[in-house]
Amino acid sequence: MLAKRIIPCLDVKDGRVVKGVNFVNLRDAGDPVELASLYDREGADELVFLDISASVEGRATMIEVVRRTAGEITIPFTVGGGISQTDDMKRILRAGADKIGINTAAVLNPQLISDGARRFGSQCIVVAVDARFNPEWGEWEVYTHGGRKPTGQRALEWVRRAEQLGAGELLLTSMDADGTKDGFDLALTRAVSQSVGIPVIASGGAGRKEHFGEVFREAGADAGLAATIFHYKEMTIAEVKDELRREGVAVR
Amino acid sequence: MSAIAVIDYGLGNLHSVSKAVERLGCEALVTSDLAEILSADGAILPGVGAFGDAMAFLRETGMDEATRAFAASGKPLLGICLGMQLLFDEGEEHGPHQGLGLLPGRVVRFRGEYKIPHMGWNRLQFRQESPLLEGLEEGHVYFVHSYHALPAEPLDLIAVTDYHQPVTAIVGRGNVTGMQFHPEKSGELGMSLLRNFLRLAGAPAASDNR
Repeated sequence: MLAKRIIPCLDVKDGRVVKGVNFVNLRDAGDPVELASLYDREGADELVFLDISASVEGRATMIEVVRRTAGEITIPFTVGGGISQTDDMKRILRAGADKIGINTAAVLNPQLISDGARRFGSQCIVVAVDARFNPEWGEWEVYTHGGRKPTGQRALEWVRRAEQLGAGELLLTSMDADGTKDGFDLALTRAVSQSVGIPVIASGGAGRKEHFGEVFREAGADAGLAATIFHYKEMTIAEVKDELRREGVAVR
Repeated sequence: MSAIAVIDYGLGNLHSVSKAVERLGCEALVTSDLAEILSADGAILPGVGAFGDAMAFLRETGMDEATRAFAASGKPLLGICLGMQLLFDEGEEHGPHQGLGLLPGRVVRFRGEYKIPHMGWNRLQFRQESPLLEGLEEGHVYFVHSYHALPAEPLDLIAVTDYHQPVTAIVGRGNVTGMQFHPEKSGELGMSLLRNFLRLAGAPAASDNR
């Protein structure tokens, strides 16, 4: 049986970690490679880098970060942010990343999913979906451009389509839960998990270690992703895993 | 310092595995040069992609013979992921294809009402004693695969994992060994398994040098 995965997410801009991280045991708290290596040692099962660089130079720097990370860590990692062509994917995978996350570009051009899956294999293609509940519809709507732009597209339809096109995994962020620390969005995660046969990474809302067990047991998520709570040391990955073990959830 | 040939046959990313070898105190030679492969102390056959494409490329470049010659030399050979599958007689990915024939058995697709590929962290269960397992305890390693090997000789099966059936995870017959999962992506246990392999190639019992 596969273990449930705990995945820290690092926002990287121009080769530096964004968000005030303050780790005493790091020589350079802004270095994504050092932080990645620390999470690896602490028991993270996977990592996600989100490149939020706006410039061409910033993106070029990310390739170097990927190369250095691949030489340092012993767990798989995904790189997302601003990837819109299969040649971008190739550069990042060749630099040593295991998976590519695509979000806005996949909504604008769904063929990117099938092209990427055909060229590199479905297991490399993670489709990231930002969703918010639309009360008029009584279901969730997909947002793009970092959650700024509603698309008019129903999330449950989009995730099914993404799977058909060859997505290997979904990174599902609830915009309603994100930042609340009240727990993952169980209703959204459950609805998506039941709509697809590929693994679902739940994101947004983790505030306590019990929240991970909830989203695994009650919503069928395969992995839980968080950023702030790990970066600010509100809890460690080891503490989350100890809690999950106590609850009888299989973890590494 | 032991030199380990990481056989480059044009598929997949060899950066992570060669870096892991270097971190464990060996020299990693990413190479498709036959002489260089044959003179190495150990060889790793990595692999991402399809069985048929990989075998076609190995044959075109003569690296199928080089790998067999390396195996015949008695020096340790490790196949990783698709590289492990290629060690067997035959694979069925996109039609039947002949493998390297270093281990008896076949490679078949997962079939059933469950998620394919088998992707993620799964627990190793040790089945045989092996120098690869020396000093280690069962734990989780990272798998990504849609096909799995069925060794014809039960004694070649060193470890399995459970994914709706027992799935071949580590195989070995003398100096020919294979791991279905990615040891270079499998945390501390993965690095320890790789270290045990490198020890067979004469690497000192040094710790992780990172």
